Amino acid sequence: MAHIHSEELIEFVETMPAFPKSVQKILQLTSDVNASAKEIVAVIESDPIMTVKILKVINSAFYGLPQKITSIQRAVVHIGLNTIKNLALSVAAIGVLKPQNKAGFNTHDFLLHSLTTAALCRMLAERVDIDPSESSDFFVAGLLHDFGKIVFAEFDPVNFKQALEKSAEENRPLHEVETELMGINHAQAGKILAEKWNLSPVLIDAINHHHYADRINKTLLKDCLCTANQISKKLQFGFAGNPIIEETTGEIISRFELSLDDLITSLGDLARVKSEALSLMNS
Amino acid sequence: MKLRFWGVRGSIATPGPTTVKYGGNTTCISIRTENNDLIILDAGTGIHLLGQHLLKHPAKSTHLFITHTHWDHIQGLPFFSSLFIPGNKVKIYGGLDPVTNEGIERALGVQLQYSYFPIREAELNAHIEYSTLKPKESVSLGGAIITPTLLSHPVLNFGYRIDCDGQSLFFSGDYEPLFNIYNPEDHEFEEYQFFIDQKQQEIIAAVKDVDALIIDSSYTAEEYENKKGWGHGTYTGAIQLAKAAKVKKLFFTHHEPTRSDEQLEQIYQKLVNENPELPFEMVLAKEGCDMVF
Repeated sequence: MAHIHSEELIEFVETMPAFPKSVQKILQLTSDVNASAKEIVAVIESDPIMTVKILKVINSAFYGLPQKITSIQRAVVHIGLNTIKNLALSVAAIGVLKPQNKAGFNTHDFLLHSLTTAALCRMLAERVDIDPSESSDFFVAGLLHDFGKIVFAEFDPVNFKQALEKSAEENRPLHEVETELMGINHAQAGKILAEKWNLSPVLIDAINHHHYADRINKTLLKDCLCTANQISKKLQFGFAGNPIIEETTGEIISRFELSLDDLITSLGDLARVKSEALSLMNS
Repeated sequence: MKLRFWGVRGSIATPGPTTVKYGGNTTCISIRTENNDLIILDAGTGIHLLGQHLLKHPAKSTHLFITHTHWDHIQGLPFFSSLFIPGNKVKIYGGLDPVTNEGIERALGVQLQYSYFPIREAELNAHIEYSTLKPKESVSLGGAIITPTLLSHPVLNFGYRIDCDGQSLFFSGDYEPLFNIYNPEDHEFEEYQFFIDQKQQEIIAAVKDVDALIIDSSYTAEEYENKKGWGHGTYTGAIQLAKAAKVKKLFFTHHEPTRSDEQLEQIYQKLVNENPELPFEMVLAKEGCDMVF
């Protein structure tokens, strides 16, 4: 069994580039003095790597903010659009994530899964009627929940490739196979990174426990995230390597007062979620 | 404490016949405490005059607080004579730039490079110390307490509140009140507005009840329409904050560089006419103008 050293992992992610489209778009928008603020925020929010790197800066001990910043919008309110824009530019300067990696992990499908889970997570939360100030927290949790996988694909491609293959062959949850082969799963890796970067405890917890079976101390965020993740998988909005769609529990059904299938129906035309995510990825 | 403006102009120094009355130097304010400690806010070109003044009227200790590192707030630093005098101690305070991850020492280091200035930083005779401040973490010196608050500008900007000798003031540095980047029909509008309102409450609390609010008032409301996002405030925005925070005196500063003395006074008169019953006095900040608390 291979073991990943968290310090090496943390150091590695510092040098990891963001997704090609968002890098290209940020370079384009930052060359245009009239670029709209919301367009810049939307590009950053469509890239888990860029998002996490900016949240890392704003949550550093230096700013000593009274509450953790979980969304790019809130980060803009605190340190200003121009600073956020320049932070995004410094991430863009690292380069771009290669579409092909040695793990054979499809980054396009991964991003589509992350973005649709993000949008679905926010939709579910709004369905339960959350405070408007929390809406983007749900989006960001969806965007970042599988962040550990893209890190594995770059940091430890040989073992992650094996994990992906074994999970597909044996039709078993990817996170279980990751633990067997790598001594750690993507949720735990995401948690280690999120902790190192001082992200909000609620977000760290959601990343760490985003599979139904792992859920402890049930919260609305985790219920929405786990469920959004299953809906995205069930509707095959992208693919992030896990062939298993988890069974919903009675608690989840009572949270949303519907079975998963009925919940999907009640959310209306979800093809829109996919097309909006694709348009963010390809614009 | 005794306050004096040494520079009140925004963006670039504007000497000339049309700015003689209010002054053409860029931002610098000094506050001398009863204990004769000197607190300086920003090192625009006005700090040169302050340096000359200090040769005749030395202070017990010198503490320079930089709101942000745009040129008009630091460019007088290499010409501040206190930095050249052996035995002098000057402490420079400021924030950590989120993009470069560097502290306020960079502001001086960048300027004192071979191509831009004949003297190297290592050649400065005074003992210079640097201190990186965190938002809301107060610094105590002598009898004064200085508290930084993050305020919106295109670079990290601290507004500073100074509480000293039973009096208080707040200087904004450069500050543009937040506006919603979304349209009312956008999904994100309401949430973003909530964040703005929350931040606004934090700013009001930081400014609350000060004896003097000195604030970036670069534009009229009409001018602002074409300057949104440039990082500067308006006269009317300044009045609104002064009302909300119940301040006792409001100083408009960071005068727009193309603004003549005459134009400044016309704007001022209009503000007085439009706001007849304000519970505080409005003042155009003016070079050399003293205020004793």
